[in-house]
Amino acid sequence: MIRLILKRLVLGVLTLWLVATLVFLVSGALPGDAAASLLGQDATPATLAALRAQMGLDQPEFIRYWTWLGGILHGNFGISLANGQPVAQVIATRLPNSLMLAGLSALVAIPVSLVLGIASAMKPNSVFDRLTTLLSIIALSTPSFLIATLFVLVLSVWTGWFPALSSVDRVHSLGGLFQVMTLPVLALSLSVIGQMARMTRAILLQQMNEPYVETAVLKGSSGLRAAVLHALPNVAGPIVNASALSLNALISGVVFVEVIFAYPGLTKLMVDSVSNRDLPLMQACALIFCAGFLILVLIADIIAILTNPKLRTA
Amino acid sequence: MDSTAVPARPTRRLRLPRWPVLSLIGAVVFLFWAIIAIFGDWLAPHDPGAFIDSWNVLGPMTHQTWLGTDYLGRDVLSRIMTGAKYTVGLPFVTAGLALFFGLLLGVGATLLSEPLDTALSWLMDTVNSLPSTIFALVAVAGFGTSIPVLIIVITALYIPSAYRNVRAAALNVSRMEYIDAARVRGEGHLHVIFREILPNIVPNMLTHFGIMFIYIALLLSGLSFLGLGVQPPEADWGALISENMVGLSYGAPAIFAPALSLLSLTIAMTLMVDAVSHQNRER
Repeated sequence: MIRLILKRLVLGVLTLWLVATLVFLVSGALPGDAAASLLGQDATPATLAALRAQMGLDQPEFIRYWTWLGGILHGNFGISLANGQPVAQVIATRLPNSLMLAGLSALVAIPVSLVLGIASAMKPNSVFDRLTTLLSIIALSTPSFLIATLFVLVLSVWTGWFPALSSVDRVHSLGGLFQVMTLPVLALSLSVIGQMARMTRAILLQQMNEPYVETAVLKGSSGLRAAVLHALPNVAGPIVNASALSLNALISGVVFVEVIFAYPGLTKLMVDSVSNRDLPLMQACALIFCAGFLILVLIADIIAILTNPKLRTA
Repeated sequence: MDSTAVPARPTRRLRLPRWPVLSLIGAVVFLFWAIIAIFGDWLAPHDPGAFIDSWNVLGPMTHQTWLGTDYLGRDVLSRIMTGAKYTVGLPFVTAGLALFFGLLLGVGATLLSEPLDTALSWLMDTVNSLPSTIFALVAVAGFGTSIPVLIIVITALYIPSAYRNVRAAALNVSRMEYIDAARVRGEGHLHVIFREILPNIVPNMLTHFGIMFIYIALLLSGLSFLGLGVQPPEADWGALISENMVGLSYGAPAIFAPALSLLSLTIAMTLMVDAVSHQNRER
């Protein structure tokens, strides 16, 4: 089992390297480099060449790639073009906000979707099941920017219960935090719940038809007991994996929620850096997201290995 | 022109009457949007760029402007109809292309050497495991936002998912006994792939096409919403929603009409996917 986990870890590091390479290649593809966009239209060839030399842009692509990669390994992501600050510093102020948003949303979304998924798998085709299915289809077919917009309209503009803009930086009390975070967290969890509840239901339902669950029910165990104690442990791995994939939806949801609520997080920073063509900042943001996501998938993988009794002795 | 042989084939796979009612409604709605996407440019009652009523911006529904006017006084209905070719057309084209290349690579990899197959699978899994919105943002920053670039970037982003799906489905089918029978019969590798495996994973590929369509439609309208997708003067529904944001608190049709159009499109596709995948499971 330890060998299997080690293998996953090595593969994870290799994958991260491949991702970094892809990010570097794709983001630097457009002609016209950072120095040119920094100086603008009226740059003389001499100042352009000087700045390029200063930024190391006169080096061949291959060398720049290695310098960039080496810098990242030392925690040095370069200098942001927009404001001249080190990228690591800019990100450090934003990352905790995004982590809080994503973490709180996961805290809401995962239990709710598990309960919904289990409940509807226990009584397939009941009114409750059909209603949950219909609602999750709607939730998962609605773009998260639309969900967030509707929340702003109803809960902020019409009723005035919550602020439309999330100025987290000025919050000091727990009640204030609740005020500011409720809307973004609700909007974000809703799009994830739809997907996760559906997957939990599908995975569990398949297992509920197995003979051993039927045996448990015939021996007199309640439906809930059969589902939670007998069937659920056997599908914990697939469900955890499916949840990790739902986090893909969570991350793209974060992008829109942060933009709409003007939430001072990392994805807002990244969208702005794309609009400004601030390459070092954008590359670092992309890398952090991909790394974060890969780590989550890796953790899910390891949990799946740990919860699988077949692999315990291997 | 053999008229006797024609009706036999389509009735074999598309048994429409067996779809649930909701899925049939989904099919009708989708067909409606497909027709609008193709003919919208000709059917639109007004020029989508013309200022119909500059004094009455974000106006209500009238018999002259059926869905009201937008923030510059342009006809919303015409703008939705001309935007349909992007919101419906682009996901359709890119999902189709992704499926085609995924299939091509999947078949190619199994035919070529083993190490290549492993390396390709790893590359595909890596791209597949990336958060697609984040990578689309990187690509937009790198390549710009013209329509051909959007098509290429999104196709490239979804090839791995198609590849993986085709592989998994093909692997399932290849364990069937009729595949063994074909091999024992002495059929070649290509015959087994194209005559035995491929026809049997078509329902699976259709399901996956639908799922990719939904994700791409959401991704594209999201990019346009951020101002990083389809660029003015052209506008897809995501762009229409974002440019009429001011009308939100007035409840202007200019923002609700494109939003509801987008919703009806993705929900219609989800319902169709549901029907095909159920049918697939029951067989």
